[in-house]
Amino acid sequence: MAANDGVQDLHLVNLVKSFGDFVAVDDLTLTIPAGSFFALLGPSGCGKTTTLRMVAGLEDPTSGQIMLGSTDITNEKPYKRHVNTVFQSYALFPHLDIFENVAFGLRRRGIKDVTGPVNAMLDLVELGPMARRKPAQLSGGQQQRVAVARALINQPGVLLLDEPLGALDLKLRRQMQIELKRIQTEVGTTFVHVTHDQEEAMTMADTVAVMNKGRIEQMGAPVDIYELPRTAFVANFLGQSNTVAGTVSGRSGSDLVVNAYGASFTVPSARSTRQDGAILVGVRPEKLSVASAGGAVPDRSNRVTGKVTDASFTGVSTQYLVMTSWGDEWTVFEQNRSADILRPGDEVVMHWAPEHTFGLDVPSES
Amino acid sequence: MPALAPSAGGSAGVVVSGAAAQRRPRTAYLLLIPGIAWLTIFFVVPLISLFFTSLQAPTGKSGVYQPAFEVSNYLVAIQEYWPTFVKSFIYSGIATVLALVIAYPLAYFIAFRAGKWRALLLVLVVAPFFASFLLRTYAWRTILADEGFITSFFNALHLLPENRILNTPIAVVLGLTYNFLPFMILPLYAALERIDPRLIEAAGDLYASPFTGFRKVIWPLSLPGVVAGTLLTFIPASGDYINATLLGAPSDRMVGNAIQTNFLQFRDYPIASALSFILMAIILTVVFVYIRRAGTEDLV
Repeated sequence: MAANDGVQDLHLVNLVKSFGDFVAVDDLTLTIPAGSFFALLGPSGCGKTTTLRMVAGLEDPTSGQIMLGSTDITNEKPYKRHVNTVFQSYALFPHLDIFENVAFGLRRRGIKDVTGPVNAMLDLVELGPMARRKPAQLSGGQQQRVAVARALINQPGVLLLDEPLGALDLKLRRQMQIELKRIQTEVGTTFVHVTHDQEEAMTMADTVAVMNKGRIEQMGAPVDIYELPRTAFVANFLGQSNTVAGTVSGRSGSDLVVNAYGASFTVPSARSTRQDGAILVGVRPEKLSVASAGGAVPDRSNRVTGKVTDASFTGVSTQYLVMTSWGDEWTVFEQNRSADILRPGDEVVMHWAPEHTFGLDVPSES
Repeated sequence: MPALAPSAGGSAGVVVSGAAAQRRPRTAYLLLIPGIAWLTIFFVVPLISLFFTSLQAPTGKSGVYQPAFEVSNYLVAIQEYWPTFVKSFIYSGIATVLALVIAYPLAYFIAFRAGKWRALLLVLVVAPFFASFLLRTYAWRTILADEGFITSFFNALHLLPENRILNTPIAVVLGLTYNFLPFMILPLYAALERIDPRLIEAAGDLYASPFTGFRKVIWPLSLPGVVAGTLLTFIPASGDYINATLLGAPSDRMVGNAIQTNFLQFRDYPIASALSFILMAIILTVVFVYIRRAGTEDLV
């Protein structure tokens, strides 16, 4: 357990929240290490915001426990919890100026001398000169930074961010991602960031938990989850994947041999959640290479033949859509190293190294 | 000046662009004409006439007065009726405070908690307007009658100094509160409804207890509604005479009653007019001071 004051591990233990028959958060158990930048990633309605609101105390869990360090805060009133939130729409107090917005939490806790800390915090978010403006006079990005400052000044055990960048345009969002990451590194507080933007989660967080239907599908460092998704949902929600359903037909050393539509694929058994029976074979689009049908393909490669249906040149790379022989559309990102671009209608063979392949359980529905 | 670009034909170009520039304000003024005409004929002219009436002198014949400059009419009116003025403002002041105390929680509930019942509740707030003001005030005579349930109940508890409610100041204040309550609820609702409920969550998240959160966030943000509601209640209540006539004793008469009896019974038009102007001046002063205070940080 982290010993330094304030920053402590956050534990969610068997947390459940149901609204009538609908289970928003389904038996969630999770430890968020002190000082980490943690992203809860998932589509809308997956329970990520409900989870965040339970930690903030804005929603009562149906069952389960929330612990900050060794303290059980499950039933603590929100205004007594040492947890602060950056709200989705910022929820800045429109009648107070920026200084008073940031000072709000300190004043409520009876701290008399707020000038020093507030100015230091405004400097951290680079809003010092704006102290006497009202929130309505600030741009979206500036309001966002006020919201962060207002929460962070209380030195919370955990800072919760509820889709904080959702209202910003793309360019500003990129800028704020870097800014938030910088602030987090500077203050060392645990950040729990809820988002549906997989790129945002991967850029900022050191740990990403992908949520779906109230449960965590997979959790880990962004690069680990991306390179080795463990469920079909993760494979498609975090980045793109090409998949084909098949059957394990045998083993070859430490590899599985999978048959699908008459073709044979090699899947390292350590990269597969299934060792026999029905299996979903997958590969990321940038791991694929395309060659004209009959072209040279390295030995041992997995291969899929098909016909190009679309080619979009984006400068650094070309994105191909290829119709496989069994009628699925696969995506290929190919770097523009050679000048010859394949055209729609071209017969091609896509190939990739077995160590880039992953094997998944076939999802029960569809 | 961009208007001076007479490339086509000297001064003609200036005239054309000048007319184009004026078109928009002229339309705006045209739209104002009906309202201004109405107010001039039915408000400004009578007001001026009333002002001259307030300065007229008696001719000796009852009910007939001649143009004069009798400023003493105002002194007479004040001397004779200042206790009535004081009483009027006490009654309407208490009624305004009562209405605020009743209306605020109700408006708060409708704005933040009513959910799908919101529209129905708002209709219910306005529903009394479907029946006549006079009729509803008469109904209160029955409700507060000496043998009625309410009076009997409070009498059983020995809470009524005069052993009755009807024909006492209590009934007048209750009537005023009831009749002007919707004018308090609606502006309060409008102000509260505009407040983002997430601000309440944000205040709680920032260590404000529900009460502190209300005091520091919701109350200041609802002040425009409080100001509008109290004015819309206090102003008509101060000049009202129906409630005092129907629910009060003769000793509970308000300024409105004094104006009415002077006009219609004594036919003392100058005193009645002077009373009207004094009432107007006092209300304007109160409103002015109140709004000035509400506009600054004092009330926030």
